[in-house]
Amino acid sequence: MTETLPGAAIPNPTDEAAITAAVDQAIAAIAGAATLDELKAVRLAHTGEKSPLSLANREIGKLPKDQKAVAGKLMGASRGRVNKALADRTAELEAENDARILLEETVDVTAAPRRRRAGSRHPLSTLQDRVADIFVGMGWEIAEGPEVESEWFNFDALNFKPDHPAREMQDTFFVEPPEAHLLMRTHTSPVQVRSMLEREVPIYVLCPGKVFRTDELDATHTPVFHQFEGLAIDKNLSMADLRGTLEHFARQMFGDEARIRLRPNYFPFTEPSAELDIFHPGAKGGPRWIEWGGCGMVNPNVLRAAGIDPDVYSGFAFGMGIERTLMFRNEVGDMRDMIEGDVRFSEHFGMEI
Amino acid sequence: MRIPISWLREYAEVPAGATAEDVMAELVKVGFEEEAVHRPTDTLQGPIVVGQVLSLVKEPQTNGKTINWCQVRVVPEGQEQTLTGKGIDPSGVQGIICGAHNFVEGDKVVVTLPGAVLPGDFHISARKTYGHVSAGMIASVRELGIGEDHDGILVLSRIGLDPEIGTDAMELLGLYDEAAEINVTPDRGYAFSIRGVAREYAHATGTTFTDPASRVSAPAELSGGYGVKLNDDAPIYGKPGSDRFVARTVRGVDATGPTPQWMASRLRLAGIRSISLPVDISNYVMLELGQPTHCYDLDKLSGDIVVRRATAGEKITTLDGKVRTLDPEDLLITDDSGAIGIAGVMGGADTEVSDSTSNILVEAAHFDEVSISRSRRRHKLPSEASKRFERGVDWQVAGIAAQRVVDLLVELAGGTADEAGTDVGTAPDPVTIELPAAFAAARIGIDFTEEQIVTSLEDLGAAVVRNDDGWSVTAPSWRHDLETKEDLSEEIARLVGYDKIPATLPVAPPGRGLTRVQQQRRRLIQALADAGLTEVLSYPFVSKAANDTFGVAEQGAGRPAVKLANPISEEQGFLRTSILPGLIEVAKRNHSRGFRDLALFESGLVFLPGGKMGTDFIPPLGAKPADEVLDALYDGVPAQPFHLAVVLTGHDSPAAAAHAPRQWDWADALDIARLAGDVLGVELVVSQGSHQAFHPGRAAKLALRTGEVMGYAGELHPKLLAASDMPARSVALELNADALFDAAPDVIVARHISAFPVATQDVALVVPAEVPADDVLAALREGAGELLEDVALFDVYAGKGIEEGKKSLAFGLRFRADDRTLTADEASAARESAVALAAERFGAVQR
Repeated sequence: MTETLPGAAIPNPTDEAAITAAVDQAIAAIAGAATLDELKAVRLAHTGEKSPLSLANREIGKLPKDQKAVAGKLMGASRGRVNKALADRTAELEAENDARILLEETVDVTAAPRRRRAGSRHPLSTLQDRVADIFVGMGWEIAEGPEVESEWFNFDALNFKPDHPAREMQDTFFVEPPEAHLLMRTHTSPVQVRSMLEREVPIYVLCPGKVFRTDELDATHTPVFHQFEGLAIDKNLSMADLRGTLEHFARQMFGDEARIRLRPNYFPFTEPSAELDIFHPGAKGGPRWIEWGGCGMVNPNVLRAAGIDPDVYSGFAFGMGIERTLMFRNEVGDMRDMIEGDVRFSEHFGMEI
Repeated sequence: MRIPISWLREYAEVPAGATAEDVMAELVKVGFEEEAVHRPTDTLQGPIVVGQVLSLVKEPQTNGKTINWCQVRVVPEGQEQTLTGKGIDPSGVQGIICGAHNFVEGDKVVVTLPGAVLPGDFHISARKTYGHVSAGMIASVRELGIGEDHDGILVLSRIGLDPEIGTDAMELLGLYDEAAEINVTPDRGYAFSIRGVAREYAHATGTTFTDPASRVSAPAELSGGYGVKLNDDAPIYGKPGSDRFVARTVRGVDATGPTPQWMASRLRLAGIRSISLPVDISNYVMLELGQPTHCYDLDKLSGDIVVRRATAGEKITTLDGKVRTLDPEDLLITDDSGAIGIAGVMGGADTEVSDSTSNILVEAAHFDEVSISRSRRRHKLPSEASKRFERGVDWQVAGIAAQRVVDLLVELAGGTADEAGTDVGTAPDPVTIELPAAFAAARIGIDFTEEQIVTSLEDLGAAVVRNDDGWSVTAPSWRHDLETKEDLSEEIARLVGYDKIPATLPVAPPGRGLTRVQQQRRRLIQALADAGLTEVLSYPFVSKAANDTFGVAEQGAGRPAVKLANPISEEQGFLRTSILPGLIEVAKRNHSRGFRDLALFESGLVFLPGGKMGTDFIPPLGAKPADEVLDALYDGVPAQPFHLAVVLTGHDSPAAAAHAPRQWDWADALDIARLAGDVLGVELVVSQGSHQAFHPGRAAKLALRTGEVMGYAGELHPKLLAASDMPARSVALELNADALFDAAPDVIVARHISAFPVATQDVALVVPAEVPADDVLAALREGAGELLEDVALFDVYAGKGIEEGKKSLAFGLRFRADDRTLTADEASAARESAVALAAERFGAVQR
């Protein structure tokens, strides 16, 4: 392409046929331009200063007056057609170009990298929060206490007689020197005693936390595990209140279908005492009752240890293992998975349980 | 406690065909948890019959062994073999190869016929061996799984049996019986007996109980027997060590006689090894009645029996052959020769019954629970006897148990009982409990009828007398656990059934929700997880070295730590003073499992003993200690603040296509520490830190404005990382989260938001290399005055164009006024003022 069409004579601006031919030629060239660059060349050739139409237009000035108007009209319309064709083709080619660029920018979205780490909570910690939330929703408060504890809070205040076999069955970690009477709490029950000493009745508290027993780590035992214990002290509380509370909790935890069962048992700090079973319809190997924890009516000696008059107030208490709850609720097969800190365990749960 | 079902059936109405599982399903209702089933037929299946060895041909083998080729009759002569099956000879005589040599022609033995299965899934079949077809096996007790005897073949005459040929040997040996094993809670000592469990079974099923004690007729009084004195001059808690001692004499006993199969089988199912006839009888009676008894060889005793406390340094050789040095608190059975038994725990070797014993003195005594418990623990001698005495034995049953032992020695061992006997001691006062009429209903929530209450208590064996206000209840002599009206309420509820308790939901008073600290703790943990870290848990048990390194900044300073008296592992005998050692172990474990890019955090208590450890006393139970006593208890518990720790190793994200992960570095540790501060609203002041666990040049100390140190963050010390096989350049932080919670503002006062335009100015300052950037920044902030909205460090440069030993810090300053648009001059003036202060403090020169 060149700026001028070679050999083309300057058409006469009054020669409608010649002008139309030039316009048709221009429009054909415009339509034939496949790229914006080609179109630019076409534009120069057909609308540039030396293009036939421009040259013809320039001729108008030389025409006699009476022809000027006719030629002007003809040329104006003709150039208008060419310019419109140019503008249309430009828009077309630009749109094509834009579409091509976007197409060229296509990526494989399935190969996207993960740039942000998804963090995660330990499910024991998530579960502990969930349990606490249920009780807070019932108006209870959450109480805490130390993990290294005075023997009195862990045993004597809870009515464990000094030489009673029940005391030994707790498999206690003792702290040096033994005559200082310190130990690692074997249950969260000392927090109950502290709560009773620190608060005014009525008391409705939940005490979650770590507890310690001298068990070697295996698939079902760990020397460090977590419990939550509930304690309610009020006037006229009975074992029916205990059952009602546990049933409500079980339903919040496991759904409306959840059922509980109480079986007689023995704990020094409750009288009567009961073992708490929960019916697990989705248990591996078929629906069955699963031991969940212990509970009972607070032994009057425990109330006395906290200066609460057992003739005026009564109370109930219950305690469950968080590991155990997680094991049967979420089908954790091996205790070690929970305590070894393998990131796969926490990350699988994310922020949920 | 294991309960042979046939034994239970003697005293309770156990339905025919009831299995151990059926029995346990009943007992669980009254509070005895299921433990296990012991059922010989789970591993042993017939045909196993009595056979008689017709002929025995000794055949020496090339390997030097001699085998016996036996013809054994397994069907009585003249009768037909009714069993069929491969390898069973229709003639009724089996050819069997046997390698043992302790039997002869004519002996009756136990033959396991082809088709039988023995423990270990050992299937018996006819097989070719030593040139014969051996069609069965002549069994030993070991092969039958009923004993550990290595003496060879079980020859039935030697255990006192002469059954007809062809008798079902499993029936003969009691192998169709089975036992239910239940867990007995420590308050129910009486249930360590068939007597106690049969009674409970009757409670559970509402059927009749026959008291085994009622089947024994013991004389109402005994006199003229062996001399016994109860001389406890140091009772524990004022209770005499022994308050009853029954002694009975049986003469002319054959101690070598076999234990009858019914007894041997029950003992075996109950988990008690057969020792000798007198010992087996003693154990049998203990299992049946719950009263441990002891048999002395009467001829080895010298002088009166005296029950007394040990003298310091006194020694005894116990039945297990060990010499034990006694404690003055140990209660002993003694005679003129000295100690002949640790009361209620273990007898002495010198007066033990042996094969040559012919005269036996039977002891059935009652001992104090606490005294026995302490001796048992002191000598680490858990025994069937001590287990029962510690939990309480029925005072009343001693004479009956002694009589039962005497009867069995007479019946089974051919002895003759002396008329005379000994029974010394004083019965404890019976416990009478006042039970107000409405009490049990109020405590349990069931509207009990009077009949339910009275019947339940009477079923237990209590004496119930109506009075104005309710009932006076005298607990039965075997129920030491019944002391209060609460105890009685439990018994009534237990017998009526816990499943009858209704459900009511008590309403707690309006609460406060989570406390501020509880909310802060949750927010902190959640913020770290949201920031991409993984929460893990570790044990708080660490070594002293770990505490000395991580628990204190300065090397060699040591760190007081809580030491455990009985740790799981001596190497990790201390409680953590820092979370990092445990967390680093977790990081290593993950690393070794192939996870290289880790961002871990853990929060929890650390243990920081400071002042007094514990108390040298323990207040008694059942009473509120005085305030000063309580204060001493509280003060004796070491400080246990809640800490947060983080370990980062590897990269911030997994490597991926078109993504270059960034290696975690010291600044990440610092960044997370500041994030922790930010989410709590606490500003952490950063300064160059020095902590032995961290890189000396790449650690930050994090403190409050007051100077109180909150923790450290940065790169872990390279040597420490190398020594613990951790990847180089791993970084960490630890913060005292409790202290951060304390420092959080109570109320945040809102700030006015100015809508006037911002004026920004940058400034580059050259300062000595050692000047901390943060200090320069603080000077700029202070110097710029209140028009300064924000200042940030955006570049640090040293090298070409900057004098050696100096660095250039570039800061961006944003100025804005509350009430007007700032002029360029005003902003510049503020900047100059800022630079001037930096120049004054650090010699900063503007580039």
